[in-house]
Amino acid sequence: MDLIPKKIGKNMYEIPKQDDMLVPGIIYGNEEIISTLIKDVKDGKEWNALKQVYNVSTLPGILKASLAMPDIHPGYGFCIGGVGAFDPEEGVISVAGVGFDINCGVRTLTLPYKAEDLTEENKVKLAEALYKNIPAGLGSKGKLELNESEIDELLVKGAKYVVEKGYGLKEDLEYTEENGCVKGAKPENVSQLAKQRQYKQVGTLGSGNHYLEVQEVTEVYDEKIAKVFGLEKGQLLISIHCGSRALGHQIGTDYLKELEAAAKKYNIPVREKELVCAPFKSEEGQKYFSAVNAGINCAFANRQVLTHLVRETFTELFKTKPEDIKVLYGVGHNTCKLEKHEIDGEQKEVLVHRKGATRGFGPGREEVPKKYRAVGQPVIIGGSMGTESYILAGTEKGMKETFGSVCHGAGRVKSRFQAKKEFKSETILEQLNAKGIIVKGHSMQGLVEEAPQVYKDVNEVINVLADIGLAKKVVQLKPVICIKG
Amino acid sequence: MSYKFLEHTADVGIECSGETIEEAFEEGGKALFEVMVDIQAIQPIEMTTFTVEADSIENLFVEYLNRLIALKDINESVYSEFEVEIIEKDEKFTLNCLARGEMLNQEKHNIKIEVKSATYYGLKYNKGTNTLTTVLDV
Repeated sequence: MDLIPKKIGKNMYEIPKQDDMLVPGIIYGNEEIISTLIKDVKDGKEWNALKQVYNVSTLPGILKASLAMPDIHPGYGFCIGGVGAFDPEEGVISVAGVGFDINCGVRTLTLPYKAEDLTEENKVKLAEALYKNIPAGLGSKGKLELNESEIDELLVKGAKYVVEKGYGLKEDLEYTEENGCVKGAKPENVSQLAKQRQYKQVGTLGSGNHYLEVQEVTEVYDEKIAKVFGLEKGQLLISIHCGSRALGHQIGTDYLKELEAAAKKYNIPVREKELVCAPFKSEEGQKYFSAVNAGINCAFANRQVLTHLVRETFTELFKTKPEDIKVLYGVGHNTCKLEKHEIDGEQKEVLVHRKGATRGFGPGREEVPKKYRAVGQPVIIGGSMGTESYILAGTEKGMKETFGSVCHGAGRVKSRFQAKKEFKSETILEQLNAKGIIVKGHSMQGLVEEAPQVYKDVNEVINVLADIGLAKKVVQLKPVICIKG
Repeated sequence: MSYKFLEHTADVGIECSGETIEEAFEEGGKALFEVMVDIQAIQPIEMTTFTVEADSIENLFVEYLNRLIALKDINESVYSEFEVEIIEKDEKFTLNCLARGEMLNQEKHNIKIEVKSATYYGLKYNKGTNTLTTVLDV
């Protein structure tokens, strides 16, 4: 097995089809990104992302290529940054292609303020109020406590359920991927344990790399698209990064076992224990898909409740009207979805797994809100703590090459272990404060493990895609306040 | 009897060993909660019991850790002491656990990072040394 990728174009590398690969592996990256991956292979690391790209390419029904975005790093079964599209008739659905944090994603809100409007005093007040009002960190509880029948309703209706309960505005749904609700969720296929774990976690941020950030638009790359997105230089935004919390994690855990049995039943070779899968059309495959859809809806509802808490905070502090804080867009980056794509010149429905990859549909797609349809979907890419984030637009080239997918963040390069050895929370806070960024974290160790230096340079990751037209840079954002779990 | 953390780019690997396999599992419980909180700060004043089953020791380890993760949410508690009993019958392994701990307090327990799931990634069992290894998704 030769895992070393060959350069086949600008920022594009290939693991050629060999042995039991059904399609080649395609990795988007620059020389530095690729050489880090190759080093892992040469060092004999058991956990390496190129092996995972290879393994995914052997799964039944995979179409075109096993893809990896430039934020690639080792995951479970699929690498993070991995994209795999499958023929729904012949192909499989995989737990590893979605991940444990189903529909983890980012929602960005526009504020009716510019950075210059925010005095130092107000900035401190806002950071403290957000820290107090946004439930975050291990063991935090949401304001909305649900019972089982309410959870069931939420799993079917997604963000719409909480909007009906008063946590948000109707128009928020219009500017969320899938309007905040995917069809086909079946709460009866979600375990009791998963639901019980979620009773108090709706509208909580979580921990790890999840965050809520107040950001400033610092660069506008494409004036025309920025205008369509309603963005201008100096404007303040809020981005919320979180997922489906305990419910999604439990669905992943439960179905890993179920699909392991299914893989045996349908004689699908398992190359890595996390890479178990079932034929999409099988009873087991359909059951998992309906549970994933429930998890997707749960995450939509979480980000919706957090949006409401942000509005409440602004009303409390600055008497901001809730309707003046608008949802720009919300994206998910741990999903699998049935989507129409061009295969061999024909439009076909395919099952696209995105594991740590964002849907970034190009212009003209009906899934994109009318307001943005002519320019492509807003794609929100979060940087690491204290670094830049980006809003991109999906492109036609992305639709053709990557099933309309782009990266989801910067991608880790250093382990949590290394981070603890190399950094101290006080120093990180000082460095970020010196840049004018207020960071408030519920866990000091969490801050160290999420130090900006443990991630790749997000600017480079974005350029890998933007330079070859797989996405268009629209604006760059810099953090002003960061709330961590 | 010990546990240690292993390098992993995005997550946390754990390696646990003991004089007996049960002890290795008990160490696994401690390692899991040490990732999430400062276990020295947990007072073992409440207890919970549970049973899980699997067809191998490796899978039993994942089942056991995942049940502890779920109980952390459901009981809103963290645990620091574990008594594990493993029974093998007809190629099936049953684990009974009694865990002691207390209600989670973000400040008192010095929260660190939430574990989403124990995974099959790098899952290994060395029977000779009673050592278990897995990766926790955080």
